[in-house]
Formats: sequence, C-alpha cells, structure tokens
Amino acid sequence: MRHLKLLRIGPIGFRIGSHWRAPIAVLDDLYRDYPAPDAGIADFNVHLFAARPWRRVLRPSVHIAGDFVIPDAAPLPLAQGLLAAEMGMNLQMALGLRRYLLLHASMVERDGRAVLMTGISGAGKSTLAALLMARGWRLMGDEFALIDCATGLAHAFPRLVSLKNEAIDVVAQSLPNARFGPLLEGTPKGVIRHLVPDARAIAAMDRPAEPSLILFPRFGFAAAERPVLPSEAFVRLTQSSTNYVTLAERGFDALTRLVQTVPARAIDYPDADTAIAMVEALA
Amino acid sequence: MFYRAADPATLRIVPLDALTLVYHRASGITHIVDAPVPEILDILGEGPRDVAGLLAVLAARFDLADPDPAALAVRLDELVAAGLVERTCAI
Amino acid sequence: MNPALLLVRVLRDPAAVVGLSAPDWNALWAVARAEQLAGTLAYRIAGLPMPGAVARLVADAIASAEQGRTAALWEAEMARRALAGLDVPVVLLKGTAFAAAGLSPSVGRTIGDLDILVPRDAIGAVEAALLAAGWEWVKPDPYDDAYYRRWMHELPPLIHRDRDKMIDVHHTILPLTARIRPDAVALLADSVALANGLRMLGPQDMLCHAAAHLFADGDLAGGMRNLWDIHCLLGEFGFDGLAERAAHHGLSAAMRRAVRQAVRLYGTEAPRDWQGWDALDPLFHRRLTARDHWGRSTRKAVQLGFYIRSHLLRMPPAMLARHLWTKWRKGYRPA
Repeated sequence: MRHLKLLRIGPIGFRIGSHWRAPIAVLDDLYRDYPAPDAGIADFNVHLFAARPWRRVLRPSVHIAGDFVIPDAAPLPLAQGLLAAEMGMNLQMALGLRRYLLLHASMVERDGRAVLMTGISGAGKSTLAALLMARGWRLMGDEFALIDCATGLAHAFPRLVSLKNEAIDVVAQSLPNARFGPLLEGTPKGVIRHLVPDARAIAAMDRPAEPSLILFPRFGFAAAERPVLPSEAFVRLTQSSTNYVTLAERGFDALTRLVQTVPARAIDYPDADTAIAMVEALA
Repeated sequence: MFYRAADPATLRIVPLDALTLVYHRASGITHIVDAPVPEILDILGEGPRDVAGLLAVLAARFDLADPDPAALAVRLDELVAAGLVERTCAI
Repeated sequence: MNPALLLVRVLRDPAAVVGLSAPDWNALWAVARAEQLAGTLAYRIAGLPMPGAVARLVADAIASAEQGRTAALWEAEMARRALAGLDVPVVLLKGTAFAAAGLSPSVGRTIGDLDILVPRDAIGAVEAALLAAGWEWVKPDPYDDAYYRRWMHELPPLIHRDRDKMIDVHHTILPLTARIRPDAVALLADSVALANGLRMLGPQDMLCHAAAHLFADGDLAGGMRNLWDIHCLLGEFGFDGLAERAAHHGLSAAMRRAVRQAVRLYGTEAPRDWQGWDALDPLFHRRLTARDHWGRSTRKAVQLGFYIRSHLLRMPPAMLARHLWTKWRKGYRPA
C-alpha cells in the first residue's frame, strides 16, 4: 500500500491504503477540510488493491477490502477509485461498527433537533438531505445516522454526499457554489457524483443532536402523510440497521427509546420541492 | 407434554402500541409478539404447564372468550421454535 | 517490526503496548482483526494506559466478543433441545466448547459456526432431527454434496432458517480420506459432560483436535488464533498423558509441531522433550506470521504450497487431482 489517506468523518477514523495514487489524490482534495483520526489511530482500514501486480497498470481494476469484508465484492475500474474508497468505508461501517446503533438514514439538524430520513434505496434520502442543506439545515449525513446507545443522541457522519443520475443536476442547481467530485459514469448504480458537505456541516460534525422526527420517505407517489406507530417504526428501523443484532441489549435499549420518544411519519412525494415543503412543515 | 418458559430474569418485555417487544438475553434475539404471547410467557414463567393447564389459567385470568386448545398449541409450537418456551417431559 | 510479531509480543506481554506509536497501533489492530484475535487482544490490554481512540476500540471488541459468545452458546442450546430426544452424546467442539466450559482460550475469542461431534451411526438421526427443528441445507451443489458425504468428516453444512447460523455435524475430526485416522470412538467415550447435558472432548483430545485442525486439517489460515487456543489449553491442562493420546490418534507429529510453534510464538511453558525446532518449523513459523501492516497475508507462494499440502494430507494424489480440476473448472482458485 504505497499511498495512504487518514481521515475522520464524525466520530469514526479511517485509514485508507491504495496501490494507486489517483484515488488518494481525489480523497485528499475532497476531504481536505476533514481532520485526521483521533491521535492518528483509525477505527477502520480500507484497502484498494490490484489482484495481480500487472493489473496495477494493465486495465487497472480496483479491488476493495478492509478489516471487514464480504465475499464477491466486485472490483471497479480505476477511474471509479473514489467510489471504491467510499464503498470500502461504507462496508467497514456496515459490518464493523459497534460503538453506535447504525441506521441507514440521512439526517439534517436545525436548532439542535435532528430529522432522520430512512427508507429503501431510491427513496431520495441523499437528495433530500443535500437540498435541505441548501436551505440552511445542517447536514449530519446522507447515508448513516449514528445513535449513541447511552444518551440516545444522534451523531453526525457527514461523508461525501453520493448523488445519482437525475439528482446530480437538481442538487447542482440548488448549490451553485458547492464543491463536487469527478463525474463517475458507468458505475453499477449509473452516473454518480459526490458532493462535499458545506463548511458548516464539517465544522459542526462533532456536535450530536437530539432526534426529533423520524421520516420514512417514498418517492414517486402523490403527496401523502401518515403517522407511523412505534411498533412499525421499530420493525422498519431494525431492518435499516446493520448492527442492531450485534449491539445486543444496548441496541434494544437505544431503539426502543428512539421509537418511544420520537414521532415517526411516512411521507409519499411526487417531486423534491413537495418533499422539502413536507419535511419543513413537519419538523 | 409440559411447557416451560424462559426464566423471566432473561426477558425484557416492552409493550409498545398494539404489539409487544420481547428481548431475550440468553439468545440476544428480539421477538415482536402479539397477545396472548406476553400472557403465556408470564404464566409459563411461574412453572411448567401442559396445554390444558395453561388454557385454564389464561381463561381465568384474562377472561378468554373462546378458549381454543388447537390454536394455543400452534402458538406454543411457535414459541418453542423461537426458543422462548421449551418442551419438558415432566414437571 | 513484522506486525504479526508485534501482535504476538503484545499477547505475551500486554504491557508492551505502553508507548506504541499510532502506526504501530493501526498495524496491531489490522493484524488482530485479520487473525480473528481482536477480542483476545482487547481483553489482554484492557485497563492499561492507552490513547482514548484505542480504549474505544478495546470496548468495541469486547462488546463484540460478548455478543458472539451469547449467540454461540444459544446455538448450542438450540441444538441441544433439537437433539434431546435422541439419547445420543453430543460433543461441542472448538470455540463453543471453550465458551461453554469457561476455558481460558474463550476469553474474547471469536466463535464461528457451531461444530458438534456425534457417533457415526447416529448421524442420520441427528440430521433428521436438525432438519425437523428448522435447519436446512446450505444451497446444495451436487458435486460438493457427494464429496462431503463420501469423504469428509462431517455432514454438508446446515443453516438455521430463522437464526441464519451454521452447524457442522462431525463424526470424527479428520476426513476419511486422510491417512491419519483419529479414534472417533475414543473421542466420544472419553468426552466430558457439561452442566447442561452437552459434552466436550477430554482435555488431551481437545488439544489433539486443535493440533489436527491447525496442521492436518487446514492450510494454516488463522493459525495464530489456533495456536493461541493451544497455548491457553496447555496452560490449563498441562502435558500429562498428551504424548500417549496424540500417538493413539496418529497425531504425534502434528501435536509436537503445534507445541513447538506455540513455544516459539507465545512462550508456552513445555517440558524439554516437547521443545526443539526441526527443518520445516521455520517455514511454518513464517507462514503463521505472514501479515503486512494492513493485516493482509503476504508470501503468496508459501500459501499455495500449503494449500496443496493440506489437500495431500487429506486425499490420495489421484483423488486430489480430480477434486482440484473440478474446483478450478468452476472458477475456484486458492486465494
């Protein structure tokens, strides 16, 4: 691993090694305002490597591994090295995190109150979080919300916001001065472009917030809203958590407390403007 | 055939709205259950009973409208599979 | 310093962590995770002076090991309930047995699948009882399935449909194709009852099994953890009767090499006649500690050599060729 990047996103430190310079150079640029891990000691390692030495130069293909791995993680072309690094970090979080209850959710905050938006992929979590950031909310994360099992507070994990396909232009129009990563075409998820969270999101990333609303958004339906009972919220949140089971009783405590104290709503929306208006009316 | 519930000290029971959460410390598994499962766990936690004995207590304590041993046996099989209840040969 | 040897040094003498640099800490955790020793490391160094970032990793690893222990013991309990009506001895093996008996290797130990040993003539009844209690075949592959049933020392793995946990049912501790045939009847006959009615191997057999698993039945992958088990078990049980029992099972060479490697790596206290160092020992030592600062295995050539060797011990050469060919045609390569 000739090339190395150390960085911290919220409370989690990463050490990323790569056979190639290019992915590390992109990370250096996009994560330039992020701190190093606490004391230089990482929580997770990510490796970007060539399966055979000659594949470093010949049709270079980036394999993703780390402390925690899944079999059959398909490699990516070198041009998508940034995506490989992000996937590697996500994988460590999803498989290895034990310090917080991890919810697959985007999260924004205003006046110390955090709004969690969770749901299946394609619900528009990342897009909504980016657009709310454009409207002055603090972005706490577009992928993972970290719930402290002892305090119930939500901790930010403001990694680069991963925007896909049509969402790229929608967000670019709302955030004309934002910094973006390279346009990654032909990825397994279509076109991807990463948005750098604004200075405020990075500066405040160590400040947790009280969860105040849990939303289950669904894109592509006429505008509708309904309350979600705690039992339904509990089931849906266990399904959107990768570490609920491994946290054992701590996870049970954190999640029961969350669904018993924080109201939950399901919202259907036909377009982003409608969704933003619904979120701001509810929050 | 008698049935014995998990030791009450190993269970965390949290009623939510219509459903009840049961966290089982011995297994680390969370069960989401409906009535009369919490009541069954409660009664079988006091000591082993057979289906008839359990049904009698359920009917007496919870004013069961339509005591159905077959339905109760199915519930018990589910609880055995979940590990919350164990079959025992004798008391 | 070779990061695997750094891990060894810390396991032997936890105070060695005081004053480690950030790169050393990073390498230490990377190797410990790769070798499935993170929980063991965490318990060894807990409470020593260390940076806050490391204290958090220690707490995480301990919580993770505790949850793994709960889940493993619960799988054993559910297997006990499923097999209770059969009146067959059920012997827990490896990590689950250490945890159930509270033996010292279990402190912080990662526990994989549930492994149990049952009498060979009961294997059909055990299989039927497990299937009736919710275990299912893992995606059957006709070749692998026929291979398992004909040659291996276990049923093809079963997985529980609700709990998603695997069980391996063994009737001996090495494949039937291997030239070495441990005495499975004696393993069962001398097994020891646990409080809940399940059993574990007798002390010497437990050590023989660990050695067989390390050398005869494996490619040394995860060997540092296996040797840590052996180191702890030797500390717990000593050497009484070990040479005789290993000889009885045809495992003298494996047991002696395991002890020599444990002495070398972890400083296990052993009688003089168990010590020494033969011509192949340095190669085993290098393979056991072949990790870089990211926890990745190094020395690929050494690994391939060990892969083929491992199969040679288990299968006569013609059968090996047929087996490898079938595997490779399906796109399988030793990693």
